Amino acid sequence: MSPPIDFSLRRRTLLAGTAAAAAFSAVNRGGAAAQSTGATAGPETTTVTLSVNGEERELTVDNRTTLLDALREHLQLTGTKKGCDHGQCGACTCTVNGERINSCLSLAVMHDGDEVETIEGIGQPESMDPMQAAFVEHDGFQCGYCTPGQIQSARKVIEEIRAGIPSHVTGDLTAEIAITDAEIRERMSGNICRCGAYANILAAITQVAEESA
Amino acid sequence: MEFNQPVDSNLFDDAKVVGKPMQRIDGPLKVTGTAPYAYERNDAAPDALYGYPLGAAIGHGRITRMDAEAARSAPGVRAVVTTLEVDPLEKGMNNVARLFGGDEVQHYHQAIAVIVADTFEQARAASAMIEVDYEEGTPADLDLDAAFERVQGTGEPDTLVGDVGAAFRDAAQVIDQMYHTPGESHTMMEPHSSTVDWSDGENMTVWTSNQMINWNHQSIATTFGIDQDRIRVESPYVGGGFGAKLWLRADAVLAALGSRAAGVPVKLALPRPMVMNNTTHRSATVQRIRLAANADGHLTGIWHEAAAYCLPGGRGENATAQTPIFYAGDSRRVKNHVVDMPLPETADMRAPGEASGLMALEIAMDEMAEALDMDPVQFRIVNDTQVDPANPDIPFSDRHFVECLERGAEAFGWSERNTTPGGQRDGDWLIGHGVAGAYRGALVLPSGARAILDGGKLIIETDMTDIGTGSYTILAQTAAETMGMDVADVEMRMANSAYPVSSGSGGQFGAPSSTSGVYAACMALREKIAGNLGIDEASFNGGRVTGGDTDMALSEINEEVSAEDAIQWGDFQQGYAMGTFGAHFVEVGVHAYTGETRVRRMLAVCDAGRIINPITARSQVIGGMVMGVGAALSEDMALDRGRGFFANHDMANYEVAVHADIPEQDVIFLDTLDGVATPLKAKGVGELGLCGVAAAIANGVYNATGVRVRDYPLTMDKFIDRLPAI
Repeated sequence: MSPPIDFSLRRRTLLAGTAAAAAFSAVNRGGAAAQSTGATAGPETTTVTLSVNGEERELTVDNRTTLLDALREHLQLTGTKKGCDHGQCGACTCTVNGERINSCLSLAVMHDGDEVETIEGIGQPESMDPMQAAFVEHDGFQCGYCTPGQIQSARKVIEEIRAGIPSHVTGDLTAEIAITDAEIRERMSGNICRCGAYANILAAITQVAEESA
Repeated sequence: MEFNQPVDSNLFDDAKVVGKPMQRIDGPLKVTGTAPYAYERNDAAPDALYGYPLGAAIGHGRITRMDAEAARSAPGVRAVVTTLEVDPLEKGMNNVARLFGGDEVQHYHQAIAVIVADTFEQARAASAMIEVDYEEGTPADLDLDAAFERVQGTGEPDTLVGDVGAAFRDAAQVIDQMYHTPGESHTMMEPHSSTVDWSDGENMTVWTSNQMINWNHQSIATTFGIDQDRIRVESPYVGGGFGAKLWLRADAVLAALGSRAAGVPVKLALPRPMVMNNTTHRSATVQRIRLAANADGHLTGIWHEAAAYCLPGGRGENATAQTPIFYAGDSRRVKNHVVDMPLPETADMRAPGEASGLMALEIAMDEMAEALDMDPVQFRIVNDTQVDPANPDIPFSDRHFVECLERGAEAFGWSERNTTPGGQRDGDWLIGHGVAGAYRGALVLPSGARAILDGGKLIIETDMTDIGTGSYTILAQTAAETMGMDVADVEMRMANSAYPVSSGSGGQFGAPSSTSGVYAACMALREKIAGNLGIDEASFNGGRVTGGDTDMALSEINEEVSAEDAIQWGDFQQGYAMGTFGAHFVEVGVHAYTGETRVRRMLAVCDAGRIINPITARSQVIGGMVMGVGAALSEDMALDRGRGFFANHDMANYEVAVHADIPEQDVIFLDTLDGVATPLKAKGVGELGLCGVAAAIANGVYNATGVRVRDYPLTMDKFIDRLPAI
């Protein structure tokens, strides 16, 4: 039996925390400088370097810019969707340092040095990732607006279960977690699909999980 | 093409493509995030700046002063347009409240300013700097129950058949109950969004998210008083609509005003918290239903009176829509009241009328079945009708409601259901089973298309939209079938006002109407090709045209051949009642201690004529069933009756169903054909899937607990005190 928590995931978590802390301290230094001189205000923009889909991208963003808008409006990576901009719908789900997050709930300045993966980095129409292909095969979407977020979450849900990370519906916390319908439904519940393709999304995820077992 | 008589046999009866399961042709674009939605038109308007709206902060009244100077001088701001600076704009089709202009506030979050700035953050920040003074309107009574009490019994009935009084006097069983459905919000995933280029104040291009290109096109012309020829509207990908995007809304209007003021293209999406109160929703309803039946289970009287609210001049929700026609019965009295209230605008949402009407009527049917000590499936079967009960000379074009019930009962295992309310337990869960009938009208609208054969490729141009319904795919299937070609050789060009006017997407009329329009265009193209080749009786198969001495591949035709046509619906259809039918079966578990309800399995059986693509049609139906779970258990627009607005205006507080709420779902399509409905003998199915679902769940909850709840959504607070003793 494999250990319950995958080492690589732990390491990424640590890196994510470190990078965020570094970004905060940079912003704070600017604020402190402004106070000491009594001048108007500190800088309203920040330059950050993100690794997006494996490519280094240097961006100067308004401090208020979310990671979501940095991706959509600065990098024209519009595959990551804005459904609510308040962390309620999951359409903006993308991967940062290997973990899925709601990119609308995170400011771009918090991600200096982070590795970001968007739907565009997962596959293209001519070269779809297995999860993307499974969504097409099982009709796991209708309007398509929540779909990139669903696919991002779906890929990570399988990894999270295999890494032994428990959910609300996990029974025995010491046993290996099985990839069940209940586990998938629970872990996908942050991604709303108003067209109601849930049953088809479940079929797509189950197929990919079985094929990659 | 005139559709002037019921179709007998035609090429679709021997179909190779239509009716076969086919994956969406737009699927790869959607799963890779490369399909461009309205706010993402970097391909067409790469220099668009950012628009941000400001919504009114009162329920109704007037604006007495606006000061936008601070906003205008804020960093990055290019333009601010306030409603006081603009004469009241004309209203477009079915716009009840004004979308912009003037000092009147008709509802909370009505748009009162637009800010254009270099960045989204700058525009949003500047919107908060606008000072507004209001004079609040006279407080209004927003109590729909009280309104129902006032209007009940007034006005001429919409339907009055037979001697209703006698029916209720002489009945073996009578039920008489009040039912409530709440306001519902479409909550499509993509908020209303538009990118508009009206930089020079001359021609306007609108990249928007809208279900109805032509209505939108006309409405923009009306709203701004400019010629329709100067406007182009595109909406190739729509992130869900459900009726919310039938009409022109503030996103496009504000983006247009902002573009004109700033002299640049502007993109604007309604912030999610503004969507519920700024746009439209399904009105709450109050319904009184009385049923009378004789001892053998035949309905003898149906009395349905309902009320919904709307702004003056609006339509509300007609919860009695199905009642004149769904069930047999010698007498009936049906009346819907629409009560004026200064609330956000009410309009169509998926299956307007039937969705909320069946939420009540199908509980009433369950109650009557119980009163008669009949199986609720059998009770519905006994009361089937093959004619319009009010006009017995008018038959249904094709109705297999009984077969839906019978097939469903068998597939679901209805005979093994719990028959004692509150009598079945599975651990901590009370188990119940519920059934409901489903009915939704089968509308069709004129619909046009252009078919172009070019070097062996078939191009279809139509302004039809795909709002997730699968239009791209089923229209390509229809075109391929009609031309005897491969779907891979069909290119769909849609949702652009430059193309022929289609039905658009709504009212489940989209699929039957637009496939007929594409069929008409392709038949015109066939005729043109045959004429060019001098063939009298041409046949089109396997990518070839044959007839007489000719047998050639369509790819060998060098010249481009183009034909345009539209389907027009003949008066003969008025001689029929056209509808779609279904039956929903559910199993629920209600937690014996907390009253939490979980749906455990669901089955829908649908009778909607030919199913053009079983994959996309099934997705429509399961999607409707999901929406029905939300309607039954959680969706509820929370009205602040003091302030006149809906308080839970975001996706955290307005609770739609999520993955964890949805169990195993099965769908059975009856193999039926309706030659009265369309040349493809097909009807829509996208709204049928929602109709009746919530009532099936409510009936299941009753069966599980013995507690009848007639007030949606069925949250635990409404019945926890009445649960069976532990």
